[in-house]
Amino acid sequence: MELWFTEKHTENVLFSIKVDKQLYSGQSDFQRIDVFESKEFGRFLTLDGFMMLTEKDEFIYHEMIVHVPMAVYPDAKKVLVIGGGDGGAVRELVRYSTIEQIDLVEIDKQVVDVCKKFLPQTAARLEDPRVSIFYEDGLRFIRSRENEYDLIIVDSTDPFGPGEGLFTREFYGNCFKALTDTGIMVNQHESPFYPVDAVAMQRAHKRVTASFPISRVYQAHIPTYPSGHWLFGFASKKLHPITDFDPEAWEKLKLKTDYYNTKIHIGAFALPTYVRKMLEDVE
Amino acid sequence: MERLSQERAPILEALNRYKAMRVVPFDVPGHKRGKGNRELVDFLGEKCMTVDVNSMKPLDNLCHPVSVIKEAEELAADAFGARHAFFMVNGTTSAVQSMVMAACKKGEKIIMPRNVHRSAINALILSGAIPVYVNPGVNKDLGISLGMSLRDVEQAISDNPDAKAILVNNPTYYGICSHLKAITELAHRHHMLVLADEAHGTHFYFGDHLPPSAMAAGADMAAVSMHKSGGSLTQSSLLLINHSVSEGYVRQIINLTQTTSGSYLLISSLDISRRNLALRGREIFRKVSEMAEYARKEINHIGGYYAYSRELINGNTIYDFDVTKLSVHTLDIGLAGIEVYDILRDEYDIQIEFGDIGNILAYISIGDRRLDLERLVSALSEIKRCYAKDKTGMLSQEYIKPQVVLPPQEAFYAESEPVPIDDSKGRICSEFVMCYPPGIPVLAPGERITADVLEYIHYARDKGCFLTGTQDTMVNRIRALKEG
Repeated sequence: MELWFTEKHTENVLFSIKVDKQLYSGQSDFQRIDVFESKEFGRFLTLDGFMMLTEKDEFIYHEMIVHVPMAVYPDAKKVLVIGGGDGGAVRELVRYSTIEQIDLVEIDKQVVDVCKKFLPQTAARLEDPRVSIFYEDGLRFIRSRENEYDLIIVDSTDPFGPGEGLFTREFYGNCFKALTDTGIMVNQHESPFYPVDAVAMQRAHKRVTASFPISRVYQAHIPTYPSGHWLFGFASKKLHPITDFDPEAWEKLKLKTDYYNTKIHIGAFALPTYVRKMLEDVE
Repeated sequence: MERLSQERAPILEALNRYKAMRVVPFDVPGHKRGKGNRELVDFLGEKCMTVDVNSMKPLDNLCHPVSVIKEAEELAADAFGARHAFFMVNGTTSAVQSMVMAACKKGEKIIMPRNVHRSAINALILSGAIPVYVNPGVNKDLGISLGMSLRDVEQAISDNPDAKAILVNNPTYYGICSHLKAITELAHRHHMLVLADEAHGTHFYFGDHLPPSAMAAGADMAAVSMHKSGGSLTQSSLLLINHSVSEGYVRQIINLTQTTSGSYLLISSLDISRRNLALRGREIFRKVSEMAEYARKEINHIGGYYAYSRELINGNTIYDFDVTKLSVHTLDIGLAGIEVYDILRDEYDIQIEFGDIGNILAYISIGDRRLDLERLVSALSEIKRCYAKDKTGMLSQEYIKPQVVLPPQEAFYAESEPVPIDDSKGRICSEFVMCYPPGIPVLAPGERITADVLEYIHYARDKGCFLTGTQDTMVNRIRALKEG
């Protein structure tokens, strides 16, 4: 018997992982949630059939979405994570003892419950006393916040489905309002490679740029996402991701990481020419 | 004949039977179930093209229904509490026109508020009926015209005892209802028919906490836009009648202008939507009301905006309010409704129903999701943060009392000439000028062009309203009656 999970990366490209067994399948109010066990990638979570994370490569995504902004702004005390019900971003954040408060806003409680049960690798630190979880629409939560957070991490799903409100201009504008004067917003920024993802990426960049004075993009290699080439957005009111970055200060924290390091911090902002052009086209 | 159950959809069933027979078509339409137009099939889909068929015995004929369309119309009549329902495929415009033309012949009077849709005044041009306008009340703060007060209708009736009918908006675009039941009783005492324009009121027939529908209030005819809140395809509509009107005569009137090639896409969409509303309408509109209530609460929480509702009810010109309408007053943030409407689309990719001088209207329906409402509310909050201005100098929309000099038909067909709009003051207009949407005429044929009207047109244009109705597509010239 062979059992395979297959995701369409485009109409003409399939990505498959051989499944050992299915651990969970359920339909929440918002989406279908599945957890599988595989030999190659360990356990993995999919929402509506789209890959969210695997135990084998999630460290890349979560380290890059957290340590890049934290290394630029190590004084961040109050952090908001929108989406990210798997707990991976929170796991990286709680490693900073200087952070005082982490608010996690996840629309789908069932995702959090499922991850706590089946994916302790990412979800285990959701119990940290600094963490509060709000089961709410991110767009609604952020609307009433003003000058409150030092860092906002937008760990969203794709811009089709329950996460689509998190790719809109009104959302980025509300994030700007919710940040302090030196605040930073980092967001999952889709991929530049396949045309459908690239259009979403350009739209996101255009909208972030419309709301923030500093808007840069950085990349990472994530094997289980379409094309493996993934981008993050770094939007900020004052702090520049490279000129305001102090590598020694971060080294002193002695945080052990598997993907992130201070060299890759700078290197990640060096983008391929075709990606730079796509971004410049909408700036 | 025994009436069918609301679970049935006779036209849908007939189309499915017809498809299963795999009949070889040597009739129109010439695309032959799409085979002759692959590009259209690629765009619209095979399923759609295979039911774009002609009238024939198994599928009945819209102009003279005797089988499945007749059954479907009877089911619709039952569902809406009417004596008969006509399926309309030329839009609610044709339903309004058919009502007016069935009620009034040339030279006969019809009482109506001036804030009717252009289709009603068009009907006057076609039929030669004479309008008697009742001044709808105006809410000065919001700048919206309201319903007719019972006293004004009484006055109009006593001034015009020979009038044949009264036309009532139930509700207006903004969701405001007149006291339809009392107006109906009053009209019937004076042997006048009551015609309801329910372009924005389909859901009244399926709501527990909504204003009464025209048929429930005892009105004689109603034009119901199934394609708005009812969920059918654009251009499909219903004309409902009660006992006082002859079904055969109304059908003859409809057939004067309605196509003889009624689209089965539209007809079947009416049948399927009627079934959905009859079976699930109450639940659907309860949810829609809840969504609109939620959005109203959140928008009012932002501050600066005023999303209004039943608190406006005054027992008179606002006798009732349709809570499914999300109307928002924007002037207090220093932006005209039309400006907010444009910013929403251009900057936030959100298309709402319309913006006028002081208000926007977002149409909430069963197709909406909570997360889309969050986008709308958040975008409004951002527009206030990023675009709000000082509100001095904002024009509120006043009711401009029309000076009717000639009946619409006479003015429309009279000798006229194009006049630059700024030189037109004092002349008699022979065409329409309106902002679209909402499509309520600023000027109608036969009305005098006054300074107030010109000021309004200039202001609306400056703010970005889409002006329509004139022969000159740029609306720089307006046709006025030749003088002397």
